[in-house]
Formats: sequence, C-alpha cells, structure tokens
Amino acid sequence: MNFPDNLKYSKDHEWIRVEGNIGTVGITEYAQGELGDVVFVELPKIGAKLESGQSFGTVEAVKAVSDLYSPVTGEVTEINKEIQDAPELVNKESYERGWMIKIKITNPDELNNLLDVEAYKKLIAK
Amino acid sequence: MKRTPLYNVHVKAGGKIVPFGGFEMPVQYAGIVEEHKTVRNAVGVFDVSHMGEFFVKGKQALSFLQKITINDVSKLSPGKAQYSAMCYENAGIVDDLLIYMQAENNYMVVVNASNIDKDFEWMSKVLSPEVIFENKSDETALLAIQGPKSLETLQKLTDVRLAEIPYYHFVQGNVSGIEMIISRTGYTGELGFEIYFPSAEAEKAWNALFEAGKEFGIAPIGLGARDTLRLEMGYCLYGNDIDQTTNPLEAGLGWITKLSKENFTAKSVLEEIKTKGLNRKLVGMVLHEKAIPRHGYAVTANGENIGTVTSGTFSPSLEKGIAMGYVTLQHSKIDTEVFIDVRGKIMKATVVQLPFLKKN
Repeated sequence: MNFPDNLKYSKDHEWIRVEGNIGTVGITEYAQGELGDVVFVELPKIGAKLESGQSFGTVEAVKAVSDLYSPVTGEVTEINKEIQDAPELVNKESYERGWMIKIKITNPDELNNLLDVEAYKKLIAK
Repeated sequence: MKRTPLYNVHVKAGGKIVPFGGFEMPVQYAGIVEEHKTVRNAVGVFDVSHMGEFFVKGKQALSFLQKITINDVSKLSPGKAQYSAMCYENAGIVDDLLIYMQAENNYMVVVNASNIDKDFEWMSKVLSPEVIFENKSDETALLAIQGPKSLETLQKLTDVRLAEIPYYHFVQGNVSGIEMIISRTGYTGELGFEIYFPSAEAEKAWNALFEAGKEFGIAPIGLGARDTLRLEMGYCLYGNDIDQTTNPLEAGLGWITKLSKENFTAKSVLEEIKTKGLNRKLVGMVLHEKAIPRHGYAVTANGENIGTVTSGTFSPSLEKGIAMGYVTLQHSKIDTEVFIDVRGKIMKATVVQLPFLKKN
C-alpha cells in the first residue's frame, strides 16, 4: 500500500496535503481498501466552517458507510465535484484525483497533532 | 469458526475474509462492483460450500418432506429441484431451502449455513422412524458457476449436455473426473449451475473451472457481490428478509406456499392469515437520491413509520440505491411513494415491481 511521505495523516484515516494555508483532504489508501467500492460521496458546501475532528461528509461504499472527519479547523474553499460523478476515483487515486475538500487552515498548530507517515503506518499495522 | 475446503485458495486469491454464518468466508476479491459485473457479463465462481446438505431417504421420505415444508414435494420427479421453506407452527420461517429429488423417496435438502444445526434439530423432531436423515454438510462442497459464459466454461469439463438441463433440473455427472450433482440453479438471475461434490475434490474442481473459464475472464466472486446480485433479482436472504418473525405469505413466497396440500406444519395458521389478509408485505423500493438504503432503516410516509428496510444496497447494474423491506399493506402497491430514513435524512423512494433488474 502506498502512503506518500509528504502528507499528514489522521487517526480517522484522512490525509492532508498542505500548500501555504490551504490543505487538501482525502481518505487514505488503507481506508478506501477497508471500505471497498465507493459509490457515493457526500461533501459539504463551499464556505462551511469545520472544527478539527468534525464530520464534513460521508462516503458510501457498497458494503458500508463511513463519516469523513476534518483533520484541521478551517473553512472549505473547494470541493471535488469530479468524485461525485466518478466516486471510484476515491478507490483508484486516493491521493490524487480522489481528493475530497480543500480547506483554509485557521490554526496551523493543529497540524502538529497529526501523524507523519511512519506513525500512520504503525497505526494501521495494529 | 468453520472454514470451507477452499479457505486457503481464497486467501491466496486475495479474498478478504469475514465471518458469515459460522464460517470464515471471502466477502470480496477484486471488489464487489467488478465481481458483480463479471457475473452479469461473463462468468464467476462462488464457493458456497458453507451451505448445508441433508439427505432424506426411506419409505416415508416423501411424506416427511411434505409435512415439514410448505411447497408440494409430490410435484417433483427424479432430476427436479424445488425452492421451498419450512415454517414453525405459528408460520414464522425456520429456513428457506432447495429440495432435490434424486430417486423415489431419496432427496437432498440444501439449507442456509447459519441454520444447519437449527434445521437439523427441527427436522429431527418430526422424523418418522423409517426415514434415514443425514447431515453431510461437512463432506459436501458446493460451487456456483454463474454468468452468460457459465455453460461454455463448464461444458469444457464434462460430456453431460448442459444445454439440455432445464432450469431447476439437475443430473448426476462427471466433471473433470469428479462425480457430482450438476444443477441448473443459482442465486444471481443469470444462466448458471451449482455443482455438489465431495469436499476432498474441492481444489481440483476449482482449478479445473478457472482453467476452463480463463478465456472468458472467469473470476472468483465473494459474498458481497452474491448479495448485490441476488438483491437486484429480489431474492430473499434468510436472516435479512425472512426469519422466524416473518411468514411466507407476507414475504412474497405465496407461490411456494401450497395451501391445497394435505396437512403440513403451519397450514392452518397460513390459511387463517390468507383469509384475514396481510398486514404488511415485502416490497422492492428504489431510492431517488444518491445514497444506499441499508438493513434496519425505517420506511415512512407522511412522517409516520410504515415499515423497515430488510436488505439494501447499491445496484451496480442500475447504479441506484435499492432496498427490500416490509411496509404496511396500504403502502405496498407498485408506484407508491414512500420515504426511507437514511441516517436522519428522509429520502424519497418508490415501491417497484421485483425484480429490480429486468432481464431481456
């Protein structure tokens, strides 16, 4: 399984890629594998304000449904419309075209609470 | 937890193993949607060896099965199979099952894995002394070969002329050197066969099938796709859509409930239900929004609870959320608008005719 080392990871199996004050958020390859075929993704409205750990949507796979949790506090600036028509991208390209939201990070210190790639790999090895 | 004789084969093939009916079973390999499409478009193989096989023989075999099941077993002739069910005295369903007539007073009964012990005990209770009743579930492997290319795949391995076996018929035959029951049955709505043979031969049969089906893109299919395939056809699953709290008439199984048959378990209660009329009915529902109805979700109308989803999934063929569930009789008519409570969101759905997937 692939876990890029330039990302931060949450215990809820989200990843975040930080560029300036904008974070791009998705679910990890491990998470998509556990869920199986993703068929619907429900995302928040642009402008939605999220607390870190707050649910921002759901991902429905054939077998199970899972909440999505924001790894940081901030405001949603963009959502990935492509995955609403092609949800399989969440399975196939978890870290690229399968991203979910972009969020303007209001408290960058929270990034320190997230896991680096080694810590995340340890978490899922349990 | 039990394992089928093919457990190691599933693990090697990348199967994700989950507990089901007391067995460690593969829920998926390549992914539910891909496996589903393999069966609809080509051919897939299911290991369903977890299911139970009972053998009923002896002078009283027919009268015993007539008494304990709701369909008319006397309609069978050797080489024919029948879908049926057993009921408790109060008409609640013990299990749904298949009866294969092998010869006069010689039958095989196929039951759900999770019910093997319960069924065996229930049937043993009303057994007459002249009936020989055996549980050969552990010694019997069962593979389902399903899909438009199933016949061509299996035909490579046998001299039996498969095209001549009608639906719900079976023959005893040799498939790649293994004596087996070849049955033209399945749980997918596709052309398909189910083969019953000794467990010890399971790996040999599996490998032969995959070699034969290679050119058609044959693939192993897990329980996940088994569920989406059967649900598109509106087939009941014991434990979800039918159980001891549901009766066959409200479950849409009136067609296998032969009230004209002489005395059988639950007959008088079923007659009474039929006379009084049903309170609720199992129906198919299609969700209008992008979401998946799931087991246990409430069905409502005008803000009132009118039923429950018993099975729900995403239909890979229709690309929609579909569900089966019990609703009050007044909401059970085709085209009735109902609502399904999807984790707090009330979503519009329509009652539709089953099967969801209309073939040809």
